[in-house]
Amino acid sequence: MSDTVTVFERSRHGRRAFACPEADVPEVPVDELLPAGAIRERPAELPEISEPELVRHYTTLSSKNFHLDEGFYPLGSCTMKHNPKLHERVAALPGHARLHPLQDPEYAQGALELMWNLQAALGEIAGLPHVSLQPSAGSHGELAGLLLTRAYLEDRGEQRTKVLTPDTAHGTNPATVTMAGYEVVKVGTAEDGGVDLDDLRSKAGDDVACLMLTNPNTLGLFDRNIEEIAHIVHDAGATLYYDGANLNAVMGIARPGDMGFDIVHFNLHKTFTQPHGGGGPGAGPIACSDRIEPFLPVPQVVREGDAFGFDFDRPRSIGKLRGFQGNFGVFVRSYAYICSLGRDGLRDVSEVAVLNANYLKALMGEPGIAEYLPIAFDRTCMHEFVVSGRGAKEELGIKTLDIAKRMLDHDVHPPTVYFPLLVDEALMIEPTETETKERLDHFAEVVRAILDEAKDDPEVARTAPHTTPVRRLDEAGAAKRPVVRWRP
Amino acid sequence: MSRYTGVTEEDLQAMLGAIGADSLEDLFADIPESVRLGRELDLPPGRSEQEVYEHLAALAARNRSTEEEVTFLGAGMYDHYVPALIDALLSRSEFLTPYTPYQPEISQGGLQVMFEFQTAISELTGLPVSNASMYEGPSAVAAAGYLAKLETKRTKLVASRGLHPHSRAALRTHAPGYGMEVVEAPLDDECFTDVEALAGMVDDDTAAVFVQQPNFLGTVEDLGPLVEAGKRTGALLVCAADPIPLSILKPPGELGVDLCVGEGQTLGNRLDFGGPSFGFFAADERFIRKMPGRIAGEARDVDGRRGFVLTLQTREQHIRREKATHNICTAQALNALAGVVYLSWLGKRGFVELGELLLRRTHYAREALGLEAINPGPVVREFAVRVPDLNAATARAREAGVNPGYPLGRDYPEFSDGLLIAVTERRTKEHIDRLVELVGAPKPAEVGV
Repeated sequence: MSDTVTVFERSRHGRRAFACPEADVPEVPVDELLPAGAIRERPAELPEISEPELVRHYTTLSSKNFHLDEGFYPLGSCTMKHNPKLHERVAALPGHARLHPLQDPEYAQGALELMWNLQAALGEIAGLPHVSLQPSAGSHGELAGLLLTRAYLEDRGEQRTKVLTPDTAHGTNPATVTMAGYEVVKVGTAEDGGVDLDDLRSKAGDDVACLMLTNPNTLGLFDRNIEEIAHIVHDAGATLYYDGANLNAVMGIARPGDMGFDIVHFNLHKTFTQPHGGGGPGAGPIACSDRIEPFLPVPQVVREGDAFGFDFDRPRSIGKLRGFQGNFGVFVRSYAYICSLGRDGLRDVSEVAVLNANYLKALMGEPGIAEYLPIAFDRTCMHEFVVSGRGAKEELGIKTLDIAKRMLDHDVHPPTVYFPLLVDEALMIEPTETETKERLDHFAEVVRAILDEAKDDPEVARTAPHTTPVRRLDEAGAAKRPVVRWRP
Repeated sequence: MSRYTGVTEEDLQAMLGAIGADSLEDLFADIPESVRLGRELDLPPGRSEQEVYEHLAALAARNRSTEEEVTFLGAGMYDHYVPALIDALLSRSEFLTPYTPYQPEISQGGLQVMFEFQTAISELTGLPVSNASMYEGPSAVAAAGYLAKLETKRTKLVASRGLHPHSRAALRTHAPGYGMEVVEAPLDDECFTDVEALAGMVDDDTAAVFVQQPNFLGTVEDLGPLVEAGKRTGALLVCAADPIPLSILKPPGELGVDLCVGEGQTLGNRLDFGGPSFGFFAADERFIRKMPGRIAGEARDVDGRRGFVLTLQTREQHIRREKATHNICTAQALNALAGVVYLSWLGKRGFVELGELLLRRTHYAREALGLEAINPGPVVREFAVRVPDLNAATARAREAGVNPGYPLGRDYPEFSDGLLIAVTERRTKEHIDRLVELVGAPKPAEVGV
């Protein structure tokens, strides 16, 4: 049987996996209960398949995924750290997994207390006292942050039109700015990899609503001028937004709130180890300062004595970003993580994340690698660093894409590639704290082997991968004539 | 060292040596003293796995789950049965722990799941294009508003009051960012969207009209006239829907709807106190290059083998940045996997059988209760009734281990005595009869036997 067969193509008329519960009420004909015009004329073409074949189909598909439990996954900015197995167990407890979102708070006290505790912990980690867990992912948190900024400024009678983002920003930042109705203005990067202060000063006018910043930034560098940046932004009457994608570097060491940030989002699926699921779920809670607090979404968890409830009566709130209270199942996992690590463990996370990144950077700086993959902005990094594939391209005739694809044959996941945009042929490497020294050594050996091999025969990398279920796919062709569903 | 890190003292010295640093502290030299925390985080110390398990289990025990009561709560999330094979498949590390499939050669499993999911959603909605998932329902509704803005450049969104209150709230929250206003079209006396009132609100500034099928109160809307009225001036017609009733209801796409979006929790996902679940987003072909989110497409590899890739990425934030059609990045891939596995488990015939069972039990329940119907029209899985002395009836039911439904007063002040009652396949005739005894009209006659 060919491997690449969709579940729809496995369908055979008459097979089934589902047995319907007994029809214990009168079998009234459907057309007596629904108007003729509303009734579906032919059933949806779903597969007809037996349970054993269904399980095999998806198990076979799963075997074609590389995954974190299998090997090293140093995707920059994605923080692919170990996902403790305890978290799946506690999230699956019926009291969590089978709790209806509209259950009366009286019968959901455990869930509300968990949310309350998680909010308090996130607020303490961020150094900002007020938290909403509602946003569903980082980008959703960013949008919340800008909608909060808009509401805050309008409450003060101000109409501002621009939001500043550094040229190193994640793509979600400028995309969010547009969705929130602002114009993106890019701020340049200085020679040391930080924000270009002169450029920032020249652009931080009274038409600017916000500066969105990651610190450490996407080059993995802590911006040493953060206090001056905050000063400039606040002097202009704008808010300072912290993209929490890189929070893993500074927990228990420095806090965004103490750096002068007004609003922060957390990626629970990065820093707080919600498994990424092949593209979600995540959660993107936000924390903010007192002046932003009145505008936080509804409902907010409140506490009176030992009892917890929801507060819907928040007249200046931006409202709801989504249904119900947010991705509670994610909160359970991240809360368990924070309980497991505690105050020392969280600091240990950041220390080892930074140690691992600097160690791997040192390995990448060794002869045999550094000539081909020079480190962009070579100074002490935080939790990640960026190298440029410029040397490999010029000297060996292999591009960053080829190096990444050849890594697939070595059973390591490639780093983030071609980002940040200001580094030519970029590879952005984030090992995370859960990797051992041996794993980091092995990755450096893989890089070295790929470069050595390319000296003799660059064609191997150019045509890689060679050992994966499929080889390079024609993405341009797929986009030209998109086939986005199966048809018989 | 925490139990999730593995740096021994020997490793530490070797690593610092390679880096050329004397201590861990050296690595943080870039952080100015003035912004350092300079103290421990004010959090409890770390705890063992066993202690954390027991703490979380104690919290969970203080929630009343659908295992512990007979619940008729719905209003957007429903207590459907989740088959065991979903738990087994979703707990596989191969599905649970990868990132978004940026490297297709080693992500064919996840990409094919997305392609299959898109196919299933397309079948359910009757629209040719689906993305690979959104966060959840109401934010998917808000995303439809954004597509309408990009498509029409207009400034007004008209939402039926039959649209889920959270979806309407999400539209209002997002609207200032979109530079749009939201107006609400009323329901008529029987809780259908008032088609004439809606027609009167739709004008040349209207970018999109939002209805829901079945609507929040459970009514199966007469979509045809709503579509006609909504699209009269070139606005997009957005239909929010729950996938389960679409097993037996005419697909919105066949009725001229432009976009069909919604909450996917009912397809094999747990309640999880509101998430994570997934949202879906299906559209007419002409919107394919304006869609939000990931889309998997079929492709061939260099050897001509069939495979799948993330396609049309020039819509997306990581390529297009400020010109992206949406900012969404991480969505709900694992939950969407549950969705397509669930639909495959039900299968072509089982899906219809389930829908018909819900339809019959729901009508049985409404009749047996004998209360004044708020929405007397056709319903599939949910309906609203007026309950005399609602608070006392609710207290009585809860005392007996029955959660009778969702009180409508907060969202619909005109129905302060209204109760929204959902009937899933987990609610048997016996459960329904208990509900009738507890909150039904006071007439102990046998019903429907």
